[in-house]
Amino acid sequence: MPNIPANLKYSKSHEWILEEDEVFTIGLTDYAQSALGDIVFINLPEEGDEVSAGESFADVESVKAVSDVFSPVTGIVSAVNEALLDDPAQINEAPYDAWLIKVSQVSNTEELLDSDGYEAVVAAEEA
Amino acid sequence: MKLLFERSRPGRSSTLLPPCDVPVTQFDQNLLRTEAPHLPEIAEVDLGRHYTELAKQTHGVNDGFYPLGSCTMKYNPRINEEAAAQPGFTQLHPLQPLETVQGALEVLYTAEQLLCEITGMDGMSFQPAAGAHGEYTGLLLIRKYHQSRGDAARTKILVPDAAHGTNPASATMAGFQVVSIPSSAEGGVDLEALRQAAGPDTAGLMLTNPNTVGLFDVNILEITQIIHDAGGLCYYDGANLNAVMGQVRPGDMGFDCVHLNLHKTFSTPHGGGGPGSGPVGCKALLEPFLPAPRVKENDGVYSLYSPEQTMGQVRSFYGNFLVVVRALTYIITLGKEGIAAASAGAVLNANYLMKQLMGHYDMSYNTMCMHEFVMTLQGLARETGVTGMDVAKRLLDFGIHPPTMYFPLIVHEALMVEPTETESPETLDQAAQVFLDILAEAKRDPERLHLAPYNCPVGRPDEVTAARTPILRYTFSD
Repeated sequence: MPNIPANLKYSKSHEWILEEDEVFTIGLTDYAQSALGDIVFINLPEEGDEVSAGESFADVESVKAVSDVFSPVTGIVSAVNEALLDDPAQINEAPYDAWLIKVSQVSNTEELLDSDGYEAVVAAEEA
Repeated sequence: MKLLFERSRPGRSSTLLPPCDVPVTQFDQNLLRTEAPHLPEIAEVDLGRHYTELAKQTHGVNDGFYPLGSCTMKYNPRINEEAAAQPGFTQLHPLQPLETVQGALEVLYTAEQLLCEITGMDGMSFQPAAGAHGEYTGLLLIRKYHQSRGDAARTKILVPDAAHGTNPASATMAGFQVVSIPSSAEGGVDLEALRQAAGPDTAGLMLTNPNTVGLFDVNILEITQIIHDAGGLCYYDGANLNAVMGQVRPGDMGFDCVHLNLHKTFSTPHGGGGPGSGPVGCKALLEPFLPAPRVKENDGVYSLYSPEQTMGQVRSFYGNFLVVVRALTYIITLGKEGIAAASAGAVLNANYLMKQLMGHYDMSYNTMCMHEFVMTLQGLARETGVTGMDVAKRLLDFGIHPPTMYFPLIVHEALMVEPTETESPETLDQAAQVFLDILAEAKRDPERLHLAPYNCPVGRPDEVTAARTPILRYTFSD
């Protein structure tokens, strides 16, 4: 079973979300990085870009495939983890430290799951 | 093995240049390079051995079974090569006067007529040099069409989630936004989702039918109607035409334009042996926008012309001309009955192999397939730790090229098998036995599969390092 920390929120499309002082930090879950395999490339938005709930804001390339990363929230990108551009392997090594973007001025969010809810989503995909 | 640069020794060479029989021209000093280029200097015998050594490390259709899904690695009949090797074709210059190349123009004209008949289209351009190039050209046709009507609101292309990865890439390159349409439980397009996505901003739909899970979408007429009702156009990705050529035509399914992969369906070399050819065909409403030049015939005389609203050229001259010669040879050799027999054979062979594996390997959809089928090894991976990659690597040990892996993306641990019509029952029976033997081995000794292959010059290249820190050029010592 993948690691699913209890202090985070999750989207059905396998992003984790940490909300602190109205800033939403977004990353890929342990399950997502494991399903993708070794990540070799990541495309990230720029600071100041708008992201929309349910729409792609980044893409990750593994040796298997290129996949979209979906934003769980609508808002403005306030920080980008640029270290990932040179070293996307951090997502495989420590998915919950390797955040992708921080979003502020959030006006809308998708339905966010707690760790139990997300565990059920993962279990259903594995079935 | 050594690279050509490593084999190079000063002064060795493979060619003797004839004496110069024209006056020598001196260039300005500032146009001359100051140091000699790093060209390898190698004797002909060593050069020959170098390429033979490389060839021995490859696997082609002439080596054995090559069921690479969605790639249609059919055997390319030798007669195609004989036709394409005629000096009347090989010694042409693209700028020769038209009266001296009437035969070559007739080839392009006749190939266009026959492929339009096979696809149900009205016009075709052979300029695109590959499938994705054809997709891009087809999307430019759609864009020009909407622009010509002053309809600037159509910015979106709908693409099913089972599509070839080139579809969303081509649509993005052509300046469109891509909207992904989910698949239904039966493996076709989800009609309700398609209805909701189609609207006044829909420029068109890109669809492969049969799709990448090897199923013919039985709702195809309804699908194309939904798009037409919304004011969009329908684009047919011809990658899987080998399943239906001579049986059903994209034009009759409601498609407005189509690209073909001559290097798949019409038996011209591909997979490193190219070059490819991705002609784009269209219905009359898009014909004015086709790339120039086009070939026309008048009283038995062939000439070139530029359609008034043409998008221009998408490649130099007339595309990969000799590939068209090969494809035309194939079509004429098979004839109307042979074309239909080839697609029927492709579907029969895929079902024959699938039936032998069903019940042992999990199929992504348990129904009859078209020219290819998709297995999911998710269950095996969970039970034994043996993945699709491990099975693919083990197949190499038995002289079988692996199927397409990890595609389509909607199937986990996918292996996508396309035998093609040119394989005999004996070859298919042998392949089925190898698949079953590997499955038994996976359950008995999974560790052995993780380390496969054992009989290949290259086993498991480090793909991650190759992707993260690729070495793209040779570094000379000086």
